[in-house]
Amino acid sequence: MGSNKILMKGNIALCEGAIAAGCDAYFGYPITPQNEVPAYMSGKMVQLDRVFVQAESEISAINMVFGAAVCGKRAMTSSSSPGISLKQEGISYLCACELPCLIVNVQRGGPGLGNIAGSQADYFQATKGGGHGDYRMIVLAPYSVREMYEFANISFQLSEKYRNPVMILTDGIIGQMMEPVSIEDNKREPITRSSTDGWCLGGCLGREPRSIKSLFMTEGVLEKHNYHLKNKYDLIKKNEVRYEEYLTEDAAIVVIAYGISARIAKSAVRKLREDGIKAGFIRPITLWPFPYDKISEVSSCVKKILVAEMNLGQMVEDVRLAVNGKCPVEFIGHPGGGLFTDTEIKEKLASMF
Amino acid sequence: MREEIIVAGSGGQGIMLAGNIIARSALSSGKYTTFYPSYGAEMRGGTANCSVIVSDKEIGSPVISSPSVLLVMNEQSLIKYLPRVKKNGLVIVNSSLVKSYPDASIQVPATGIAIELGDVRAANMVMLGRLIFGTNIFSKEIVTEVIKDVFKGKQEFVAELNIKAFLKGNNYDKKS
Repeated sequence: MGSNKILMKGNIALCEGAIAAGCDAYFGYPITPQNEVPAYMSGKMVQLDRVFVQAESEISAINMVFGAAVCGKRAMTSSSSPGISLKQEGISYLCACELPCLIVNVQRGGPGLGNIAGSQADYFQATKGGGHGDYRMIVLAPYSVREMYEFANISFQLSEKYRNPVMILTDGIIGQMMEPVSIEDNKREPITRSSTDGWCLGGCLGREPRSIKSLFMTEGVLEKHNYHLKNKYDLIKKNEVRYEEYLTEDAAIVVIAYGISARIAKSAVRKLREDGIKAGFIRPITLWPFPYDKISEVSSCVKKILVAEMNLGQMVEDVRLAVNGKCPVEFIGHPGGGLFTDTEIKEKLASMF
Repeated sequence: MREEIIVAGSGGQGIMLAGNIIARSALSSGKYTTFYPSYGAEMRGGTANCSVIVSDKEIGSPVISSPSVLLVMNEQSLIKYLPRVKKNGLVIVNSSLVKSYPDASIQVPATGIAIELGDVRAANMVMLGRLIFGTNIFSKEIVTEVIKDVFKGKQEFVAELNIKAFLKGNNYDKKS
């Protein structure tokens, strides 16, 4: 480990990553366990002469993101589960209008107000559309403080490349924990006129006025717009699937997990390997688009698959779709902010051999 | 090596700072480390704790179910965490405030020592000093450098007092 590393909290690394990625504006409203984000941004963004607004509610914050994005600015918001539920209407509008932005969910226990412990129970909401209509968001799941930093940058890039909102789906544990991270050169040029010139509403002096909207009342126009969105989503599915694979080549049983659960599952696999037991590990990094093909491929070479999530079983449904009956899929989970130990996952895996 | 350390006490006793210094010392020593705080409705006088893992290998979960080292600054924390300590784990108690400690624990009258040194707030550094001696995870020089860095920007005597408290704890009752 290099000496240029510093000890940093996941939530702060996210802020630093977004700032380095040239985020122009942050809009948010406090909620545990992501309070460090608006707190830190309130100081840093103002020092850098960028925009910080503590909105009067989560609903305002997401609509402020809409306003900034529609003007061609690089904008973000963050919240935790109950607050993200409030943003769903805005997310549907952002997707309909094809506006790039970053939305961060530092998940906590639910449903309802739940508790403030880390959780992964918002997988369905993030990947299957928590708002109305046929839309998709790119969803990235970091599993370390370093990835909190890096994914902020990747998110803005992807969102601008496809003109689509991107969500970072993390949890209270990754957000609150500190670990060493090296802040490498991650700087991006501010969003340029040329990249947004074709669509953004920056004033129509010298050109025809244009509009960005999600209401299409003329017969057939909305259907056409939906097919236009579908083509984009198909392209994202083709280009942007990301995952991590660990010791799967000779594995008899593979555990699939993302975010904090993946860290724990990975150390369980490492321990089993020390005992000579052939376990492997796959971590979806993009939850949408989901690595269906990779999991399908692996499922034809293994005896069984285990899915570990801090919920009652959500991603396991996507895994089962990918496996399509080729091998048994088992599930281990903790809802309501409960957490795994690596021993628990290790014992579950060992019992499946 | 791998140590799973829980530092616990009441809000205002410098629990987070002590945990932070352990994690930063781990970083300076080139080891893997994670720091995970209790968070939410914490306040001065409430309970506070943090979990620090120091290891030669990559760390999975930052959450500790049974610590190999427990450092407790008040009575409630001892009651809460003592049953979770690993067999033969190291328990260090602030005996100025904790009265129901087990015989096998290391007792350091940290609050008393800190008051003698001139500031009750340095009790966490006395405890940290004893923990570093008891576990021998880093040299005291590495920790001293981190303490200096932590208090950089404050008046010089602040770091000096904290280092003095740390060394006092480091030298206290060296029987184990």
